[in-house]
Amino acid sequence: MEPVIVTEKLTKKFDDFVAANELTFEVGKGEIFGFLGANGAGKTTAMRMLCGLLKPSSGKATVTGFDIYTQTEQIKKNIGYMSQKFSLYDNLTVKENIRFYGGIYGMRRKEIAVKTDELLSMLQLQGEAKTLVSELPLGWKQKLAFSVSIVHDPSIVFLDEPTGGVDPVTRRQFWDQIYYAADKGVTVFVTTHYMDEAEYCNRVSIMVDGVIAALDSPAALKKQYHSSSMQDVFYQLARNAKRKAD
Amino acid sequence: MMISVSHITKTYNKGTIHAINDISFEVEKGEIFGLIGPDGAGKTSLFRILTTLLLADSGEAKVNDWDVVKDYKKIRNGVGYMPGRFSLYQDLSVEENLNFFATIFDTTIEENYHLIKDIYEQIEPFKDRRAGKLSGGMKQKLALCCALIHKPVVLFLDEPTTGVDSVSRKEFWDMLMKLKAQEITILVSTPYMDEAVLCDRLALMQEGKILTIDTPEKIRASYPLQLFAVKTNHTYKVLNELRNYKDTESCFAFGDSIHVTFKTPTDEKTISKYLSDKGDTDLTVEKIEPTIEDSFIQMLKN
Repeated sequence: MEPVIVTEKLTKKFDDFVAANELTFEVGKGEIFGFLGANGAGKTTAMRMLCGLLKPSSGKATVTGFDIYTQTEQIKKNIGYMSQKFSLYDNLTVKENIRFYGGIYGMRRKEIAVKTDELLSMLQLQGEAKTLVSELPLGWKQKLAFSVSIVHDPSIVFLDEPTGGVDPVTRRQFWDQIYYAADKGVTVFVTTHYMDEAEYCNRVSIMVDGVIAALDSPAALKKQYHSSSMQDVFYQLARNAKRKAD
Repeated sequence: MMISVSHITKTYNKGTIHAINDISFEVEKGEIFGLIGPDGAGKTSLFRILTTLLLADSGEAKVNDWDVVKDYKKIRNGVGYMPGRFSLYQDLSVEENLNFFATIFDTTIEENYHLIKDIYEQIEPFKDRRAGKLSGGMKQKLALCCALIHKPVVLFLDEPTTGVDSVSRKEFWDMLMKLKAQEITILVSTPYMDEAVLCDRLALMQEGKILTIDTPEKIRASYPLQLFAVKTNHTYKVLNELRNYKDTESCFAFGDSIHVTFKTPTDEKTISKYLSDKGDTDLTVEKIEPTIEDSFIQMLKN
């Protein structure tokens, strides 16, 4: 599999505190990669480095072929990002939000128009194109936020706890969207606290106290840790974490 | 009854949004009662009505026989409330926060230390740290201590574990079980289905209404169809194939397998045959018992 993220001993220190310690891993094209860890394990730090938002202290990494020290602007153009606190504008309509993000990513007006129609029909939101985002139910906002994060056809999309607060049906519809995007070749890098969602990933890494404590497919991890669920694998690895206070 | 809610309705935006729509239920002494539902189900409005921070449009509610309107002062003195949003003083230390809450409830940390001992010992090493500098799991433990320090008769916990990792979630529920043993009544809301089974009884909520109230066992037992689990390494492909099958009633990814039900009774062989005809050979099909989450999904669909 063609790698789109490659890291080697990637490390970030804040003074004496080693937030991310010698992370070495690869993520392939079209892969759904689960990035798990307890609160304070260093996930956010690692993700911010991969998005080109934070300079590493040492180690190497490339994202879609671009260096995370020197080519952060290229990285930002080639990735998508969505967090639980979506970055949609409440007082813009659905259509205006799509147009805004298309514009930010430097898409041409014609491209944006085509993309808007495509997204609206995929989301079955044609009837809501002129609705203010503030009036949408949470589940729809979530789907729209994901669509907006891949409006510029990025190679990778980073999803930071994307499914908080929605019902189990909406959560699954969201994952259908993720599967669809991955099937089209988009690499999905996702963090979650829902351990059943960890099972949906092709491979999963689990961070404990700044290091990657385990990395494999959910099936292989369950076998290795003699567990019937990822919940139990996670518990075995994370329960002895020392960094609970940060 | 420690909590009784009778036909409570609450609307916002001049009556256009029904946050709570004619809800009734009762909670017994020493029970852990769960409100399970997504954002917008009305859980927080209900908590705020029961803790006297919000007035209902209509209906009645009592906590420990105190009326939420007439006896609001008694309720405020007698219950513990942990709101969904972290609401301690970020600039005070762990110990200062706890002292503050003990003082306003006219008690001391020492007086009820036995109630919080197990929890407080875990955060004690950080007692001089400012609350704003704690991790999610630690903040949550401190908030629980502050809600317990005056020995409340009822504890209201609004999504105490949202955004907290699964190890901290498990520890938190271990603590709730200990509080239950001390006969503290607990009303708790959560979006996590794996926590639902830990409640004595639960109400599944959606858009201001209660879909069902019962014990976790009975909710599972009332699942109307035979449920099958299909395990495969090609989830997305098989998911789509099963959805296109003429007899499929529902079909969704569920952990490491696909859960599927059919409109007419069928068996494992028929399903395997359909899928192997599509080229999916490396898979297993088996009949399974539904989980709470299956039951909730079933009810949301109808």
